[in-house]
Amino acid sequence: MLEEFTLAEALKRLGKREISALELTEAALRRIEAVDESVKAFVTVTSDEALAAATLMDAKRLSGEEMPPLAGIPMALKDNLCTKGVLTTCSSKILANFKPPYDATVVELLRAAGAVMLGKTNLDEFAMGSSTENSALFTTRNPWDLERVPGGSSGGSAAAVAADEVCFALGSDTGGSIRQPAAFCGVVGLKPTYGRVSRYGLIAFASSLDQIGPFTKDISDCAVVMNAIAGYDSRDTTSVPLASQDYTAQLSDGVKGLKIGVPKEYFAEGIDPDVRHAVQKALAVLVSLGAEAEEISLPHTDFGIPVYYLIAPAEASSNLARYDGVQYGYRAEADNLLEMYKKTRSRGFGSEVKRRIMLGTYALSSGYYDAYYLKALKVRTLIKQDFDEAFEKFDLILTPTTPSTAFKAGTVEDPLTMYLNDICTIPVNLAGLPALSMPCGFVNNLPVGLQLIGKPFAEATILRAAYAYEQHSGLAKKKPSLCGKGVPQDE
Amino acid sequence: MSKYETVIGLEVHVELATATKIFCSCPTEFGKEPNTHVCPVCLGLPGSLPVLNKRVVEFAIKAGLALNCEIPRFAKFDRKNYFYPDLPKAYQISQYDLPIALNGYLEFELNGETKRVGITRVHLEEDAGKLVHSEFAGYSLADYNRTGVPLIEIVSEPDLRSPEEAKAYLEKLKSVIQYTGISDVKMEEGSLRCDANVSIMPAGSKEFGTRSEIKNMNSFKAVQRGLAYEVERQKEVLEAGGIVVQETRRWDEHKGITYAMRSKEEAHDYRYFPDPDLVPVMVEPVWVEEIRQSLPEMPDARRKRYISEWGLSEYDAEVITASKAMADFFEATLEEYHDAKAVANSLMGEILKHLNAQGIEIHETKLTPLHLAELLKLQAEGTISGKIAKTVFEEMFVSGKKPAEIVKEQGLVQISDEDAIAAIVAQVIADNPKSVEDFKAGTEKAIGFLVGQVMKISKGRANPEMANRLLREKLQ
Repeated sequence: MLEEFTLAEALKRLGKREISALELTEAALRRIEAVDESVKAFVTVTSDEALAAATLMDAKRLSGEEMPPLAGIPMALKDNLCTKGVLTTCSSKILANFKPPYDATVVELLRAAGAVMLGKTNLDEFAMGSSTENSALFTTRNPWDLERVPGGSSGGSAAAVAADEVCFALGSDTGGSIRQPAAFCGVVGLKPTYGRVSRYGLIAFASSLDQIGPFTKDISDCAVVMNAIAGYDSRDTTSVPLASQDYTAQLSDGVKGLKIGVPKEYFAEGIDPDVRHAVQKALAVLVSLGAEAEEISLPHTDFGIPVYYLIAPAEASSNLARYDGVQYGYRAEADNLLEMYKKTRSRGFGSEVKRRIMLGTYALSSGYYDAYYLKALKVRTLIKQDFDEAFEKFDLILTPTTPSTAFKAGTVEDPLTMYLNDICTIPVNLAGLPALSMPCGFVNNLPVGLQLIGKPFAEATILRAAYAYEQHSGLAKKKPSLCGKGVPQDE
Repeated sequence: MSKYETVIGLEVHVELATATKIFCSCPTEFGKEPNTHVCPVCLGLPGSLPVLNKRVVEFAIKAGLALNCEIPRFAKFDRKNYFYPDLPKAYQISQYDLPIALNGYLEFELNGETKRVGITRVHLEEDAGKLVHSEFAGYSLADYNRTGVPLIEIVSEPDLRSPEEAKAYLEKLKSVIQYTGISDVKMEEGSLRCDANVSIMPAGSKEFGTRSEIKNMNSFKAVQRGLAYEVERQKEVLEAGGIVVQETRRWDEHKGITYAMRSKEEAHDYRYFPDPDLVPVMVEPVWVEEIRQSLPEMPDARRKRYISEWGLSEYDAEVITASKAMADFFEATLEEYHDAKAVANSLMGEILKHLNAQGIEIHETKLTPLHLAELLKLQAEGTISGKIAKTVFEEMFVSGKKPAEIVKEQGLVQISDEDAIAAIVAQVIADNPKSVEDFKAGTEKAIGFLVGQVMKISKGRANPEMANRLLREKLQ
């Protein structure tokens, strides 16, 4: 079945002309048709554009042209990435009708690489959440158990890849929004180093933390997608002017002599014992393959969540101020300007977004700025220093991605409990580091995520270790039970 | 001596004349169709990011150096958050605590004395758009062409002690900025805007009074009038036993009054914080030095040189160097015609009168230094009289023709032929017996009238000295 192919396998068969891009795209669209009613990963499906793009790729191939690296590969984009002329809603009422007049840099890069966009995926409104339950449109379901959430905020992209609706997808990660859903859905998700991938065209949540990254079915696919999207962009001054590199080059180099730090704070109370166990087993595998592991301490870990919930909402309160009903998006009818602002923003934003705008506005207010925002910036530096010190001795840091496996939709009502989902991922964003989540086992048939954190711009080291583990575990081949259910046969 | 002392500080916005906007590559050009010079960045569309225009930083450093400021090695941008439909991101990118330039000063002359005013800071920010309101349509329109045009804000210390000083400071500031070439600094067109903080305190007091901020003073005259009004208003409040409240007031040019816009309590909390989309600006000292070298001679240096080198009066030197265009014109004319005093006189007289009347700068006229030099030569050689020179000048100003050509075309060459003038003199004596009699009876000023008659008949072309001499000879 074509839709089950990894990116690498699809590329191989396209190259040999065993299949066409059109066939691949049609298979993916049929898969979406068959399963998305229950998974609900997609906000918008762009069938016509996808079929046209695939046909074009096939024509190119027939004419003997040199093919770009992702030619004909079906993929999906989180709906906070701007796509020219295609709805980009952030799963919010306030942008329900917004069609950007331009493509995000990553979208341009993927188009240039020949990838075929099948549509836009669901998220927690403005990427604020850990379950997609904050989407103003609908909640995406976890392909491993449809009663459960896929994680968030990039839950749509994670679920779409897990359910074989696309070969790969892009998400964004501000406090764990790629890695946590990757863990819940049993796929690979990478948050690159801050500055590695251009943010131009990513609708901002918290600009100093946001980073775009891939969801893939295995590690080598992750490296291939990174090759396409990483790099300096003159339109984003926070992107870093480093020479581009081939992330696939070191995949098979193994982990012999690799030094792995295992921070005790990430295995403390609050982490589900089964999750802890699965992660420790993965560590044992890496050690058996030649890595050296040692327990370490990252003493400021506990401050991650409070610091994050000051900095991220502060930036968000300013980033989201532009949704005022004046130029684009939803506008409420009102008698005067002030009323228009109030009604537009009261009705246009969901409750979690409003909560964070209020938190952030408060943290930046005169009289409170020093005690909250400025203090948070200082503690952020301490958290970063914890990592800096650890990376003087270690090549990688290994932790669970999440404290638990996917929870049932509607069961976490308290926002503070929900925020704890990102306890293992948030410090990484605060420090600007690259980190990857990959499946490392199952508890009650639900995937457990292993998080590998690297030095700045050392994505290749993370991928090398992840690849070694994956080759050994064979977990990438495990598919959710949804597979095959009600899916039409291709052959 | 007044009971009160006035304390004024000015916040001056200057629009920078870069070709493109501060954070995107849209042109800054004015007067185009609404919303044609816009892109996702200056429209603040979701997902767009600002990229700093290096030229803008260079211009701001130029201003800082011209105002004797320190240029710190490290500057950053901050967001100033507030809602208004002309501000598409609902925040303005500005600079809060680490501006481009700090701790400078500006000196100006007033009533023969030099006054030094501290410059607190020069910071960069982006301009907002323009709203077009219609009373009848029931809606307003937004034009974002101006959004993202670079501005510097120049904040003075509260060192000014009268509205007159404020106006003089502003005029000097305009002159200095104009010299650097970073802006056309026209108040009428909004490329120079001025807000003022003003308070009064008992004379001799060390503690400033409560200030009000005055907005919407759109000309040099308005600044002086607005501040004078506000100072008087505050005096009246105090005299009546009241207290001045901290508030923002607006100058109404028509009514000649200021009125309250918003109180301190209603003031915005802008919630400044560092803009995470922009990396800090690292200013290399080498670059600052390069920019310093590129600055032209400033008005003060030029003024001193004109006095010592060319023997100009303090006043003439001040007026001519106030405008860079004027000073450049002066020097270019001197290249062709070496009588500095004569050149200065013509610039200070007829030319300035024309420029002021039309509200333009000298480089915006058709007059050229070469033509002015030629005109002065014609006059010095006696080819034309001073009076005719004025006529020729008017024509040059309008048509841009060479003076010799105008003189020839209109037959304006001075009559210095003694016979020709003697004939006219004879006629004037015959036609004006009364004046002739008066003169002979000792009324000296009658001769003036008779010379005037000669000039009238000759259509201004007679050499007036010759006419005077011949008349006297005939009548003695």
